[in-house]
Amino acid sequence: MRAFDYVRAERIDDALTALAEGNTRCLAGGTNLLDLMKGDVEQPARLVDITHLPLAGIEPLPDGGLRIGALVPNSDLANDRRIRERYPLLAQALVSGASPQLRNMATVGGNLLQRTRCHYFVDVGFDACNKRKPGSGCTALEGPNRIHAILGASNRCIAVHPSDMCVALAALDAVVETQSRGGARRIAMHDFHRLPGTTPQRDTELRHDELVTAVTLPPSPFAEHSRYLKVRDRASYAFALVSVAAALDLDGDRVRDARIVLGGVAHKPWRARDAEHALVGHALDDATLSAAGAAATHGARPYHDNAFKVTLAQRAVVRAIREGART
Amino acid sequence: MDANRLTAEGHARRRFLLGTASLGVVAHTPSLFAAEDAPLVASAHVERGALAPVRLQVNGRDYMLSLEPRVTLLDALREYIGLTGTKKGCDRGQCGACTVLVNDRRINACLALAIAHQGDRIRTVEGLAPHGALHAVQAAFVERDGFQCGYCTPGQICSAVAMLQEARSDTISAATQDVRQRGPIALTDAEIRERMSGNLCRCGAYVGIVAAVRDAATRST
Ligand SMILES: Cc1cc2nc3c(=O)[nH]c(=O)nc-3n(C[C@H](O)[C@H](O)[C@H](O)COP(=O)(O)OP(=O)(O)OC[C@H]3O[C@@H](n4cnc5c(N)ncnc54)[C@H](O)[C@@H]3O)c2cc1C
Ligand code: FES
Ligand code: FES
Repeated sequence: MRAFDYVRAERIDDALTALAEGNTRCLAGGTNLLDLMKGDVEQPARLVDITHLPLAGIEPLPDGGLRIGALVPNSDLANDRRIRERYPLLAQALVSGASPQLRNMATVGGNLLQRTRCHYFVDVGFDACNKRKPGSGCTALEGPNRIHAILGASNRCIAVHPSDMCVALAALDAVVETQSRGGARRIAMHDFHRLPGTTPQRDTELRHDELVTAVTLPPSPFAEHSRYLKVRDRASYAFALVSVAAALDLDGDRVRDARIVLGGVAHKPWRARDAEHALVGHALDDATLSAAGAAATHGARPYHDNAFKVTLAQRAVVRAIREGART
Repeated sequence: MDANRLTAEGHARRRFLLGTASLGVVAHTPSLFAAEDAPLVASAHVERGALAPVRLQVNGRDYMLSLEPRVTLLDALREYIGLTGTKKGCDRGQCGACTVLVNDRRINACLALAIAHQGDRIRTVEGLAPHGALHAVQAAFVERDGFQCGYCTPGQICSAVAMLQEARSDTISAATQDVRQRGPIALTDAEIRERMSGNLCRCGAYVGIVAAVRDAATRST
């Protein structure tokens, strides 16, 4: 790992000042940042240690929702009573990610900002990676690309966002709160991560001088019927090939409202609006389910090794909805 | 950081540098570090490449080290303090061999910076049997053959110690059928496997590991 300046932030202002000076990264759980620094993918001049900032609480909001501090560890969030009871989808997504040790370290902010696990991005032995080195090309377009995107990619980058937590947050209409010396912002989860387009080096809308302070959740109508389904190469401690957050608001067996969001298929949590349309107003019979499954991958464009993800995503959507309806 | 602490920090740093700058890396308490008036955090701002005084509390003892900020907690334990029980497998968060307990929670020491863990209570496998008598989890691993080569074992054991504590606090896992349920979650073999999945064993001693954890769970409740 290359050397860097280290600053321990005692107040939020310390962190904002350090970030404003540039070439600085926040150190939260460190589970993604230090990994990438060891691989020389990230080379920050300075780390600002934000782990002592008072951002580790979960507070109720007047509208009945919750505000989750950016430093809440993934394991604590998954086990918070209010999350387990009112947002079980989020609890399920969190415990399906990484390992217990990593979840104890990983924070909400770090999880939001974790970078892709694309083989060519994480290995500097590959010269061409537009995300790592803008303009250098994309090795994944021609190389083995089994784990890559089937939706929303571009000819510059076909990497996927690896997070489980973010997929559930997108289904729960979460909002990311940020602060910089210029002021505070609220960014809807769905707009927070970007599609690669011509600037795959930018994963999110967050600016380099901004600190994520919290994520808010509105009250949810989906607590009774939701399911996070993760499909991967081994049973645990592996990233998703495809994952589905299915959240249903049911009136008898009729769907009043729904969110279907896919993970492992795009550069951001992929909201499958066509699948939601196929569900809302309908009874949950086999015809509706298979229509929703098929609609979930509308516009999919697989590459040479990952066509299987299209079928896998469709089937996973059907199963997640079925299991969600049953709970 | 308040003014008192800053002053204390300045003193501690000077005293430390006087005491050990030419000496090198490890300085054990109590000779070089007066724990009474010393600050919990010895370094708050360190320039690139510079050595910083870093105070770590490991297995109930204070260690005053001189480290670059990029030194991981794993390397600090093994290379600077000399506690080599904690193992380095992948060094990238993928195997769990480096599992230690920080404030009673299990973490991967390879993805943690030592300097960020000043003031924390760190426990390694060496700290599980301070008076020689094996910890219940260690004894269960011996009885059940929870290892072959033994390389993953310190990590497995630290992980299991924390895991049993987590289970006693009714935490959920990906194997938990209903995350909304209240009250205790039975530690079935499926739960044990999932909850221990952050520790890989290249020898494949998993059958013995699950049996050992099952035994330890029933014994300690
Ligand atoms: C072996 C392994 C397996 C994994 N498996 C999974 C998996 O199955 N599913 C999954 O979802 N994840 C998985 N992960 C990823 C893990 O979830 C992330 O590494 C973790 O969530 C990152 O959080 P952190 O707090 O450690 O972030 P850090 O590593 O500290 O930070 C990550 C990035 O976010 C920035 N940052 C952090 N907090 C803030 C903030 N508040 N404001 C601004 N910037 C900030 C940092 O500067 C850095 O750029 C795995 C990781 C490993 C190592
Ligand atoms: S050495 Fe830390 S997880 Fe492998
Ligand atoms: S006993 Fe050899 S790696 Fe586990």
